Amino acid sequence: MAVIAIDKLVKTFGAVRALDELDLRVEAGEVHGFLGPNGAGKSTTIRILLGLLRRDAGEARVLDADPWRDAVRLHRRLAYVPGDVSLWPNLTGGEAIDLLGKLRGGLDRHRRDELLERFDLDPTRTCRTYSKGNRQKVAIVAAFASDVELYVLDEPTSGLDPLMESVFQDQVRRIRSVGGTVLLSSHVLAEVEALCDRVSIIREGRTVESGTLTELRHLTRTAVTVETARPLTGLAELPGVHSVREADGRTHLEVEPAHLDELLGHLVRFGVRALSSAPPTLEQLFLRHYGAEGSRVAEQRATETPAALR
Amino acid sequence: MSAFTGTGRLTRLALRRDRIRLGIWIFGTPLLGYALAASVAGVYPDEAARHGYATTSASSLVARAFNGPIAGTDLGAVVVAETYATLAVLVALLSTFAVVRHTRQNEETGRAELLGASVVGRYALLTAALLVVVGVNLLAAALLAVVFAGAGLPLAGSVAAAAAIGGVGVAFTGVAAVTAQLTVTSRGANALAAAAVGLSFLLRAAGDVFGEQSADGTRVESAWPSWLSPMGWGNQVRAYTGERWWTLALPVALLIAAVALAYALAQRRDLGAGLLAARRGPGRAATWLLSPAGLAWRLQRGTLLGWAIGVGVLGISMGVAADEFNAMIAENPAAAEAIAAMGGGAELVDAYLAAMLGLYALAIGAYVVQALLRVRADEADGVLEAVLATAVSRGRWLGTQVAAALLGATALLLLGGITTGIGYGLVDGDPVGKALALCGAAALRLPALLVVAGVVTALFGLLPRWSVALSWAALMVFLLLGQLGAVLELPQGALDLSPYTHVPAAPAVDPTALPLLVLVAVAAALLTTGAAAFRRRDTPR
Repeated sequence: MAVIAIDKLVKTFGAVRALDELDLRVEAGEVHGFLGPNGAGKSTTIRILLGLLRRDAGEARVLDADPWRDAVRLHRRLAYVPGDVSLWPNLTGGEAIDLLGKLRGGLDRHRRDELLERFDLDPTRTCRTYSKGNRQKVAIVAAFASDVELYVLDEPTSGLDPLMESVFQDQVRRIRSVGGTVLLSSHVLAEVEALCDRVSIIREGRTVESGTLTELRHLTRTAVTVETARPLTGLAELPGVHSVREADGRTHLEVEPAHLDELLGHLVRFGVRALSSAPPTLEQLFLRHYGAEGSRVAEQRATETPAALR
Repeated sequence: MSAFTGTGRLTRLALRRDRIRLGIWIFGTPLLGYALAASVAGVYPDEAARHGYATTSASSLVARAFNGPIAGTDLGAVVVAETYATLAVLVALLSTFAVVRHTRQNEETGRAELLGASVVGRYALLTAALLVVVGVNLLAAALLAVVFAGAGLPLAGSVAAAAAIGGVGVAFTGVAAVTAQLTVTSRGANALAAAAVGLSFLLRAAGDVFGEQSADGTRVESAWPSWLSPMGWGNQVRAYTGERWWTLALPVALLIAAVALAYALAQRRDLGAGLLAARRGPGRAATWLLSPAGLAWRLQRGTLLGWAIGVGVLGISMGVAADEFNAMIAENPAAAEAIAAMGGGAELVDAYLAAMLGLYALAIGAYVVQALLRVRADEADGVLEAVLATAVSRGRWLGTQVAAALLGATALLLLGGITTGIGYGLVDGDPVGKALALCGAAALRLPALLVVAGVVTALFGLLPRWSVALSWAALMVFLLLGQLGAVLELPQGALDLSPYTHVPAAPAVDPTALPLLVLVAVAAALLTTGAAAFRRRDTPR
């Protein structure tokens, strides 16, 4: 069963079309990475999933309920960490955690205390004295101390240090081990790579890619460096080969994964002495989608491989 | 780069940020001064009426405490007695909040950090705030002088009276510059500075209460505590009655000393830090806190306590004054007529009491607006998002906030009636009976407050971005219609716009049910509209 099922979701703010037929599917028990450049519409999507904003068109179901109409019933079953946590300045962190947990329907007090310790958060300080990272910890502890089916996390670790980041990752793994579902919006690519089963990349209110990381890598060119006995010729005619250049007697090129086989068949005829190939890093993958070039690449791909994992 | 680099730019930034509120301040205070002065001139047109006013004011301890020392029977002296305290408290608070807004609040929100990292000197932010606030005080005072002189009062006296009020603003500009260095939060800095305003008022009141009445009975010479208070200094200027110009140097001296201290403190402390340490609190929430109602109580109780103290002190004082009022109207038929018009006829003391209860209801309207606008603040700063993402429905959340504001307002209203009754009863006998009677009379004002709450709620639901400005504007309109409508002879149709027009002026007149029921119906319609609009709209918006 899909925990989150969004189909052709549209949301406009005045003349701005913030979401433009966005699609998103998050299956039960998975940690789903939700990626995109600033302003792509991630927070807007999340606010629609929480029933804070009203959709203009399209479908959105969360835990098989309507997020706008069934908001209260739904919110007992999910926990949310906002991207920009703001709290009551004169309440202490401990009070804010208890309050948010109780309003959601209760929290596990043992886990609350354990999380406070692991996240090294002093609950007796008032919220106005907390740094951004500490305010985030309050929201994270309040969310993770609740036993719910779905956790919606909007850039939850942007203010955390690496030590806390690892505590956070442990908690996400714990949730997955007990069958919980997580929607994780993040710019920390290492975090996404470490935690997420599947990712969706959105851009300008549209989903441009969705799938496992392995699947996404297949859609991106592999960098190949080769040294041959005889001078390499005929590369330009090969399909799917790009950016060929010679340096130090070696040839550097990029190849689309679908055409890797043909390239190798071509290379062996020139007597391969050394060959190295590197799959695209996650960063390259995202830069393609995030940058100005990203939309062109995505459009190009849409015409070339219509069936590809979208 | 000097410590003042960037002051000019920051000054322009502050002016740009606050162009509307500063404009209201610069033009609003003279306007208020004009309205007050004009009404005084109408009530005390001749020497005989003013002689009665002056002797009563000089012998009444309550009048001395609230209005300050009366200085003779000139029209100017009466105008000063009737306007000074109001305007002085107003500019003191405006100056305080403005300084804190442009200093500590910038540090608290992190804006100062952003600015401090650019080419901006250590003192620039504070200096810019001081320039703006002192400048605005001077401008407002200049206009006030023009307004007083324009109303036909002597020019020198008008300049002195306006300068005295400007001086109060200047003095508290300095005080706020220091408190902004002490606490970590702007709220704390405001509270400290407001406490200084309160203390200053009390010192002045004490000095005037213990002062000496002159032989002819129309003047009061303040005792020494008044000289310790920046608010007392303004009275000692003696506008219109032999001005003592040198006393205007006192607020300037205080400003210079306070600013020097503030610079010294700013030099020693870190950006964002205060001299008073932040307090710690419980690491676990009390059970009562864990609901929207508990949260609303927790967030409101401090404000409510402050209001309760204010209303209680005012109630006792006004109640005690009711007896002196009897003496005063015996000597001044013009004032008696004015009061009777405000209260609606019948027994004059009852008219006075009704006028006081009406005044409380107006003031408590400000509490309702203040308390209820928290919903907009919560929405704007993102707290609401966290709450609505839990299992709390929009209707329940908003309903709780409205209920909390109205419960607080009801408590304040009843407190006002009870303390006025006790105060009156203490000097006139039967405090319990009078407290009960006035408590009942005060309760009849509640429907007007329901409508105020309805207006704020409807604005929050329908026009959230404009709700803060429009809510206060609506209350100001109600206030002006109630206070000036009769003076300006506005048509009844305009007066009917204010819910306060429709609440019965008990105990002066017997209440009728119909207007109250209509008000409740209007309030219910506004509340429902607001709640329905809020349930349907996006948040945050």
